[in-house]
Amino acid sequence: MSALGNTSGMVPNPMHTLKPSGNLRRRQLTSRLFVSLTLAAAGLAVAVLLILVYYAAKNGASQLSFSFLTAQLPAPGGIVPGGGMGPALAGTAEVILIATIIALPVGVLTAIYLSEFASRRIGRVLTTALEQMAGLPTIIVGVFIFGLIVQRAGPSAIAAGIALAIVEVPLIARASIESLRRVPGTLREAADALGVARWRTILGVILPTAANGIITATILAVARAAGETAPVLLTDQPVVSQAYQLDPRHTVATVPVEILQLLLSGTTSAVDKAWGMAFVLMGLILLVNIGARVWLRRSERKRGV
Amino acid sequence: MSLSSEEPPEQAGPRLRLPGAATADSPAAPSPESAASARSSVARETVFTSRGVSVNYGAKRALDNVTLDIESNYATAFIGPSGCGKSTLLRCFNRMNDSITGFRIDGDLLYHGHDLYGSEANRVEVRRRIGMVFQKPNPFPKSIYDNVAWAARNLGMKQNLDERVERALRSAALWDEVKDRLKASALGLSGGQQQRLCIARAIAIEPDVVLLDEPASALDPIATAAIEDLITALKSQYTIVIVTHNMQQAMRVADKTAFFSLDESRIGTLIEYENTDKLFSRPSDKRTEAYITGQFG
Repeated sequence: MSALGNTSGMVPNPMHTLKPSGNLRRRQLTSRLFVSLTLAAAGLAVAVLLILVYYAAKNGASQLSFSFLTAQLPAPGGIVPGGGMGPALAGTAEVILIATIIALPVGVLTAIYLSEFASRRIGRVLTTALEQMAGLPTIIVGVFIFGLIVQRAGPSAIAAGIALAIVEVPLIARASIESLRRVPGTLREAADALGVARWRTILGVILPTAANGIITATILAVARAAGETAPVLLTDQPVVSQAYQLDPRHTVATVPVEILQLLLSGTTSAVDKAWGMAFVLMGLILLVNIGARVWLRRSERKRGV
Repeated sequence: MSLSSEEPPEQAGPRLRLPGAATADSPAAPSPESAASARSSVARETVFTSRGVSVNYGAKRALDNVTLDIESNYATAFIGPSGCGKSTLLRCFNRMNDSITGFRIDGDLLYHGHDLYGSEANRVEVRRRIGMVFQKPNPFPKSIYDNVAWAARNLGMKQNLDERVERALRSAALWDEVKDRLKASALGLSGGQQQRLCIARAIAIEPDVVLLDEPASALDPIATAAIEDLITALKSQYTIVIVTHNMQQAMRVADKTAFFSLDESRIGTLIEYENTDKLFSRPSDKRTEAYITGQFG
């Protein structure tokens, strides 16, 4: 905005001045103070993330190499040098795969039930239940699976996968409900009016229309589960071998638990490796998160949503 | 457009005339009377029989005591002011109101003598026989081809699917515009094309009746004219019931017209049901006359 000037030669009437009057100056000051406060809080949140990324990169990036990503785990105790995160990366991928194979159908079917069939009352109850489930401390999930499976069948990648599935289900279900609800009701009406049964409509029209949102939700749930430590610690320990062990009936190494154990051993070399793994894990999760969101936005724009 | 009843009822261009159209042998520009006699040469059957039909949404009565018959291979128009229950009645014909909470229907509503709301009537089967096209074009976010083929495929009509799709698109006067891009998304079509695609989608499964709920109200005049031509052409094969806010549209496309209005307690009710020519030229009810001459509504 710029002053336009007054070329008309009209004399301003002082009774109608536009300068701040009364307590406006004080109110402006309060307003500015409040805006600064909210900005500072938001800045703090971003700063924490940046500091986190910075430290992980500073301490961990030097570890990064092809052999670090693929080599066998370091020997326990942290005395012997060498070793990488190969089996832990593969193990994390495996446990997440098991978790997602379970959680995806359960989560999506729950979402379909809630958005397409449930009465309002049942819907409210179920939605509340899902919210509680999402807020459940994951150590409790770990304890639950420990009591239910590990005490009977021993620890294994499958047990860890089931525990992580419980973490993923509410995340997938809640986001899927959102994207199913965004499917216009006019499409349901159109399909109904063609004499096609509801389940066909859901499979043929509603799910494909909501697919982007559901896939994104799943990817975000995977990213969340990848970093979960507590449930895995209780259901997938101890890992004895340093080599690749991917039989799901036995325990497999996972990145978060490996980081924990390296830190507990306390030697410089082990702590350095833990930083390296933390950096890799964080980088992967950030990439997946950002990638999923970018992909969703782009595909929605392409469909003209 | 004037309210003259001298409009030839058949305005479809030759490209829209279906083989076997009932008026093919009638002389050019028939008078309403000769068109009516040409119509009566086709054996008519009563498709919908409504006897004292009332509809409630919760405690609110939306439609009161409607008695009328809809005849086959006619285009029947429902006109009237907003909230008079004309769309409600239309949606009762294929049970689209069933999913609305609080919906209740009383009276008798028969389809070829079968109770539409009886225990033997299956809602999905009802809609398979009685198709519907909505106010706003609502194509699926699929290709043009899949929009037309989807329901047919799901209903087991998988033989000669390509021919079926072509036939439906031709009947909807859309084939020439889309034949080179059948795999393209239907969402890329214009509003008028989308609405004709929705009509093609509805007739691809060969229903008995096509219900149209203000099908042209979201379209420009040119697209509207295309839809109206289409309705005129389609009634040789299908029974058409159309809800419209546009009285000229009712005059152009409908053989019979039902005028609905609100009574003193603001409940929708049927005022008059007549041949379109008569309803617009010599309405027997004062309220009809007031509405069609623009004194009310």
